[in-house]
Amino acid sequence: MSGTPHLEAPTTPVWPMYRTLVSVGLVCGLLIVSAYELTRPIIQRNKIAARQAAVLQVLPGAHASRTFRVDEAGAVTPVPPESEGEGLVFAGFDAQRRLVGLAIEAQGMGYQDVVRVLYGYSFEQQAVIGFRVLESRDTPGLGDRVETDPAFLRNFECLDVSLGADGKALAHPVEFVKQGQKVSPWQVDGITGATITSRAVALMIARSAATWIPRVAARRAEFRPEE
Amino acid sequence: MTALGKTLEIRSSPHILSGNRVDTIMWNVVLALLPVSGFAVYAFGIAAVLVLAVAVGSCVLTEHLLCRVAGKPTTVADGSAVITGLLYGLTLPPGLALWMVAVGGVVAIAVGKALFGGLGQNPFNPALVARAILQAAFPVAMTTWAPILAAGRFTSVPASLLAWPFSAPAPDATSTATPLSAWKFDHRLTETPDLLLGTTAGSVGETCAVLILLGGAWLIARRMMNWRIPAAIFATVAALSAVLHAFDPARCAGPEFMLLSGGLMLGAVFMATDMVGSPMTHLGCVIHGVVIGVLVVVIRVYGGMPEGVMYAILLANALVPHLDRLIQPRVYGTKGRGRKP
Amino acid sequence: MANDESLATTSPTDEFLKGLWRENPTFVQVLGMCPTLAVTNSATNAIAMGLATTFVLVASNLAVSSIRRFVPKQVRIVTFILLIATFVTVVDYAIQAISLGLHKALGAFIALIVVNCIILGRAEAFASKNGLLRSALDGLGMGVGFTLALLALGGVRELVGRGSLFGVPLLWDGYQGWVVMILPAGGFFTLAALLLFVQWRKRAAKEVTP
Repeated sequence: MSGTPHLEAPTTPVWPMYRTLVSVGLVCGLLIVSAYELTRPIIQRNKIAARQAAVLQVLPGAHASRTFRVDEAGAVTPVPPESEGEGLVFAGFDAQRRLVGLAIEAQGMGYQDVVRVLYGYSFEQQAVIGFRVLESRDTPGLGDRVETDPAFLRNFECLDVSLGADGKALAHPVEFVKQGQKVSPWQVDGITGATITSRAVALMIARSAATWIPRVAARRAEFRPEE
Repeated sequence: MTALGKTLEIRSSPHILSGNRVDTIMWNVVLALLPVSGFAVYAFGIAAVLVLAVAVGSCVLTEHLLCRVAGKPTTVADGSAVITGLLYGLTLPPGLALWMVAVGGVVAIAVGKALFGGLGQNPFNPALVARAILQAAFPVAMTTWAPILAAGRFTSVPASLLAWPFSAPAPDATSTATPLSAWKFDHRLTETPDLLLGTTAGSVGETCAVLILLGGAWLIARRMMNWRIPAAIFATVAALSAVLHAFDPARCAGPEFMLLSGGLMLGAVFMATDMVGSPMTHLGCVIHGVVIGVLVVVIRVYGGMPEGVMYAILLANALVPHLDRLIQPRVYGTKGRGRKP
Repeated sequence: MANDESLATTSPTDEFLKGLWRENPTFVQVLGMCPTLAVTNSATNAIAMGLATTFVLVASNLAVSSIRRFVPKQVRIVTFILLIATFVTVVDYAIQAISLGLHKALGAFIALIVVNCIILGRAEAFASKNGLLRSALDGLGMGVGFTLALLALGGVRELVGRGSLFGVPLLWDGYQGWVVMILPAGGFFTLAALLLFVQWRKRAAKEVTP
């Protein structure tokens, strides 16, 4: 490339370059594909198991779960357990294959990052009966207290989300109050020192319950266990 | 940290002896802080005495020990460690566990000051460095505010103060909200007279605006503080919050609240004016103040936290060397700035 | 580049041992700071990251060493990166299969092993010039050194930040965790303190030996 006569003109070994890149690329591609094929069923199984464990945790007494998709109009269709996307609810069934309730996912903005939670809804009690955080990257020691604070978690052992007379909306929307000021069963008691995250969690459940529970409450019979 | 008699070293020529030495400035700053500290003791009782004593004690002890380790004569006598400790103590919540206060005191001197080379070399305000690290390390304890003028404040010590070293303090049932957190989270506005007189919850020495301004006025009158810095901060905060308040009153409180609440007064008067961490030129000082004012309003209004004075001053401190490089003082006897010979 | 194996004057054991202390990738070469600071907020994360990196290091060193004679030097970096990226992808799938929770905790940093300069550094500086055994030992030594360094960071941060090690509470009940140590800032503090310690030890050793 340079015109200097003293230097040997650099030769670009085209053929060895092709040979190397193509063969290395092929081998690498093969490696990746085989690793993917080998691990895919295991990863799939792990994901389903993790989801199932979360569902059983928020629905006390449940032994098995089944995934359903509910569309905007409220039509319920069973879907395979590995399904992803909008509108999924997870029904939990006890040892006698009776419906315990539905696990519903909600998400919203926490103190620093998006928080995803799963809560259990019982048709019988018309209440939220369980709660857990699926994903949160909030400040350790502060925001993560919504996952560990026993007093806060007690809020979701029986949080009233009963429907109003017309069956189209909640009788009382879920409300957030400061720690120690809970008087009604539809209120969520906050955590002092983690006010923002606990309020965010209460709000995301309030919002999700307001849309989901009127939609599914009338369709209890359609959530059937697997044959 | 207004005290540092570094005038002779950091200003450009001509050098005229002003008669101010490190220790004269120091005693004047202590004098200026006296009313504030006195009010803190009146408002928070024994708790304030203990917090301030441990803060000053840990700073002075650390300074002394570090000088020993370095094999230098002790610099405790120049008083800068006392003032760092006092200012640091004034920024703490009155119910903070004493071992945390001591940890912060060590951090202030060791990390905030000695690590950078000691007095006059530290780019960041040591008291605020310590507070920032404590805020990140113990966020719950640093945002638990004991009520002001509590009944038994002169007879009993709050349990949270006496937590065993490195153990979590017992949760305080009587904690309250500061004016800023009440506004941010509950949209409750504190009355202006309360803010002026300091009958609100808050850090040990940040509550009473009148006494802080009094102390600042004393230092300005004695020419030991550049008045442009606090003036620029107040003007910026007032103007910016007035505009934001006019647009969105639900989000941003009015200027009188923004000026008088939280640590703005204490920070603007006693910390932003730190001679080491503020620019050399008058124009630089004004810009420094404007930067702090903008940051305070932005953090308070748009940030997740209710208060932002500490971070605003620390960030502005980081800009000071650049300001000094941009705005050079005029060379004595010429018309040009320092850059053009 | 092809026949400089004569450079090797050290014993194979030495190739392994140098990564542990004398040429420790973290504390001496100060390479791969991104995972060092980002995923050491607990001892478990630190060790998982260290092991994943070690695997990639050994595998890529082996692969690079075995093909070093066939790779024209114009395309060597591309080839190395291709190999490294492959092993990283394999590790990524493997970790997902082993534990989803671990995969979530390590997050994007598994994929970012590709750009960890230790790996390309060893491939270019060592494996492309040395035989299989030496390259494997070099990779293993560097990997173990990296893992130990991460473990030191993660251990200190978890112990001070939460009072536990590998999730097991070690300190007394009611210990007040220093949250800052789990936050990114704590990574910088701990790394600085450990670097200070290593330098101090090295200097002390130098004063004794001559």
